[in-house]
This record gives sequence, structure tokens and C-alpha cells, in this order.
Amino acid sequence: MIALVDYGAGNLASVRKALGALGAQVIEPRSPGDLRDVTGIIVPGVGHFGVTSSLDEGWRDAVLDAIGAGTPLLGICLGMQWLFDGSDEAPNTPGLGVLPGRITRLPRQCPDGARVKIPHVGWNRLEMAPSDAPSHPASASPRLLAGIPPGSYVYFTHAYAAPITDACSARTVHGQAFAAAVERGPVWGVQFHPEKSGPVGLSVLANFARAASTYAGRGAGSEARC
Amino acid sequence: MLTLAKRLIACLDVRDGRVVKGVNFEGLRDAGDPAALATRYNEEGIDEIVVLDVAATLERRLALRQTVAAVAARLFIPLAVGGGIRTLEDAAEVIDAGADKVSVNTAALADPSLITRIADRFGSQAVVVAIDAARAGDSFVVSSHSGRVPTSWGAVAWAREAESRGAGEILLTSIDADGTQRGFDCVLTAAVSTAVSIPVIASGGAGSPDHFAEAFTAGCADAALAASIFHDRACSVRSIKQFLADRAIPIRL
Repeated sequence: MIALVDYGAGNLASVRKALGALGAQVIEPRSPGDLRDVTGIIVPGVGHFGVTSSLDEGWRDAVLDAIGAGTPLLGICLGMQWLFDGSDEAPNTPGLGVLPGRITRLPRQCPDGARVKIPHVGWNRLEMAPSDAPSHPASASPRLLAGIPPGSYVYFTHAYAAPITDACSARTVHGQAFAAAVERGPVWGVQFHPEKSGPVGLSVLANFARAASTYAGRGAGSEARC
Repeated sequence: MLTLAKRLIACLDVRDGRVVKGVNFEGLRDAGDPAALATRYNEEGIDEIVVLDVAATLERRLALRQTVAAVAARLFIPLAVGGGIRTLEDAAEVIDAGADKVSVNTAALADPSLITRIADRFGSQAVVVAIDAARAGDSFVVSSHSGRVPTSWGAVAWAREAESRGAGEILLTSIDADGTQRGFDCVLTAAVSTAVSIPVIASGGAGSPDHFAEAFTAGCADAALAASIFHDRACSVRSIKQFLADRAIPIRL
């Protein structure tokens, strides 16, 4: 059961529809406590970073608890940005802070002076992090982008972006290189919109749904303590 | 090479639940079922779908929720919806029905703060400002009400104003070229596209693969939209994309 966190940031219906097409079971949690029994969490979103402030202390704690217990989590677009420390778009709104780094605005110019249109809207390509790089987030096996051919086009729409850190499993360039996908333990994120990226995007969501379906849940093995 | 691809967008002008197509904004004829056409274009590799309710502003109705929902149901690519979006509530309704973006035109000209209100609620990426412009000597005059009522705005000035108000994209239609299949107005498109920092979609006049190449080179367009050329099966989406890729224009194949 995948929890789709609704915090008023838009693309919930599209993500729900895409997960439905994949046959995934989805709930929309009404309160943070509802995250306790799910096997996966998706934080969708599109728009202004300030909107994430509606994910208050209760939600933050519940998500952190779930991550601590190994529950697979996928942040999409704004939902991925929220996983970092914070964003220049809303300096007073803290991110969840499970990935180090700060979200910054994409430049209006390339290093060579060429003009760049912002927001970055449309289909751009994924360049995978070399799987043999020591910094690779999951040198064992990158799971989020499993089966996605390098150079695949996916759909972006954003003006702010995450830095390339050792959590970055794929990058894209628009004015500068930025993290298009991140993966660190159970915490996954994509700057692009898998729910709007055709068959490639559905494959990414299917990878997440598979991780969620194989996660045993927090109840496993805990009976003795109850 | 990691480069943002130029987008090909299919426009479904919808009236009473059917796709229609006219010439120079008039003389509408039936071109099919919106959901069926959207599905076909999606399978052919279209990058985005736009649904415009062409009757809405004229007859003061909102684009049919049912049409939007039917088109969105089987689509996993971006969908923009316009026609008769007059208020924030209208925008919320089509977004709720499955649209990723709303396109505003006449209502934004009457009250530009509408652009900001929609952007504040749904983000700039959800607001497309549609501009219908016609040549008048050396300038381009913006019209409202499906191109029928000239305004005091020039196309470049209005595009800049829309950007400053929070528009995420400009959908720029040449009233002169629309429906003629004689090519996009690349002078108009380049003038607007180089004047703003947000993406500009060229619209009106597509009749051959060459016209798309011109829009992306001479016209400096970020995306190009067409209707008849796709509806009439004059050229398939895939064949146009291959044509553009062969000319080193970045395209998602």
C-alpha cells in the first residue's frame, strides 16, 4: 500500500492515475499516523517551495520515522526538493533535510553566455551516474532507474533544482547540470515528472511500486514487542 | 548531449465534445473525437496535448469537464486546457479534471491579475498565456475573444507583461497564418521568443515538416503547435520528428 501525501501541491490526481494504471494500491493519508502501516510513501508536488510548509512537524516526524524504518519513499519534483535542507525559493521554509544540499534557481545563462529559458519546461535527457563511481549512491544496484536506458527523455517543469551530490543517480543539464534523480537508501527522488513522462516515466514509477511491494512493512518481526 | 528538446504539441480545438478545425478562426468543421485523437497522437510520440474549447469564450461556457477527463484518462504526457477560463475557480476546475496547465487569453487581457492568482495557487508552470496576434504594418496587435476584438496591446509588450505577472509559458498564435498551412509567422514568433525568458510555443500555419524546422530556427520557438496537419494525417507526428532530428534539431524520438 503506497501513501500519496496530499499537501495541496497539485499533481496528486496525475500521480494517482499513473499508479492506478500500474495496478498499485494507493491511499491518501488523512493524518501522519496513517503513514505507519504503508509500504511506500510518495511525496508529489509541483509549484512553489513555500507550499511544503503545510507538511508540519507531525508529518515531518512521521516521514522521518518511516524512512528510519526503511520504508521506500519517492519525492517527485517539489517533493524531491523538499528532501533537501532547504530552497532559495522560500528561504524560511526548512526542507526535510534527509539529503544534504540546498535547492537553487537555475541560471538564466549558460557558462558560455547563451540565454536559457526559465522555467525549464519540456523533455530533457537523463545522464546516469557511472555505476562504478565510488560515490555512486547504490553501487550495488541503482533501483529507481533500473531498466531505464541512458539518454532517455523525461518531462520537466521547474525553475529551481537540486545540486549534484553523491546521492545523485542521474543528472540533466539546463543552463547548468542538476540532479534529475537521487537515491540514498530508501530515499528516492526525481526532479522530472514520471507521471507525465510517457512509458519511461511509468517504468520509473513501476520500479518504485515494486520496491514498495517487496518492503515487508514495519510490523514485520515486531510481534514479540507488542 | 543533454539538451532540452523542442516540443511538438497537438491542439484539439473542441466544440460540443468534438474536435473542430477552422481557417483564420472561422468556418469550423468536424475533425473527430478528442480522446481518440489524443490517444493516437500520444502513440505517435506527441510531446504534449492542448485542448481548447473554441466555443467557450464566445458562448460563455467552460471547457467541458467530461472532455478534459476523457482526454486525460489515458494520457501520461502533459495536458494543457484553455477556452473560457475566466476565474481562478475555472482554472481549478479543469486542473481537477486532469489538466496540468491552463491557458488563459481573453480574461487575462481584461484582468491581468488573473495570471498571478492562478500562478500563486498552482505555480507558474501551470499558467500558459495564449496570445492571438495579427500583423498591422510592422507591428503585431493582440486580439481578444478568439481573435475578433483588437486590443491596444502589442504582442511583445503583452508577452512581457504576462511573464512579469507569473506566466510560465506563452502560446503565441498568428491570426494571419492560422489554418492557412503556409507556415508559422516566424517574424512574430522570434520577436516574442527573444523578448521573454519563458518558453514560447509557436502556433498557426503549420503545413509541412519544413514549417516546424523554421519555427525552431528562424522563429526561435521552444515548441510548435499544430492541429490540421495532424488531424488530416497529412504528416504523422513521427515523420515530422524524424525530419527535425535529421536536421540536428533536438527532438524526443
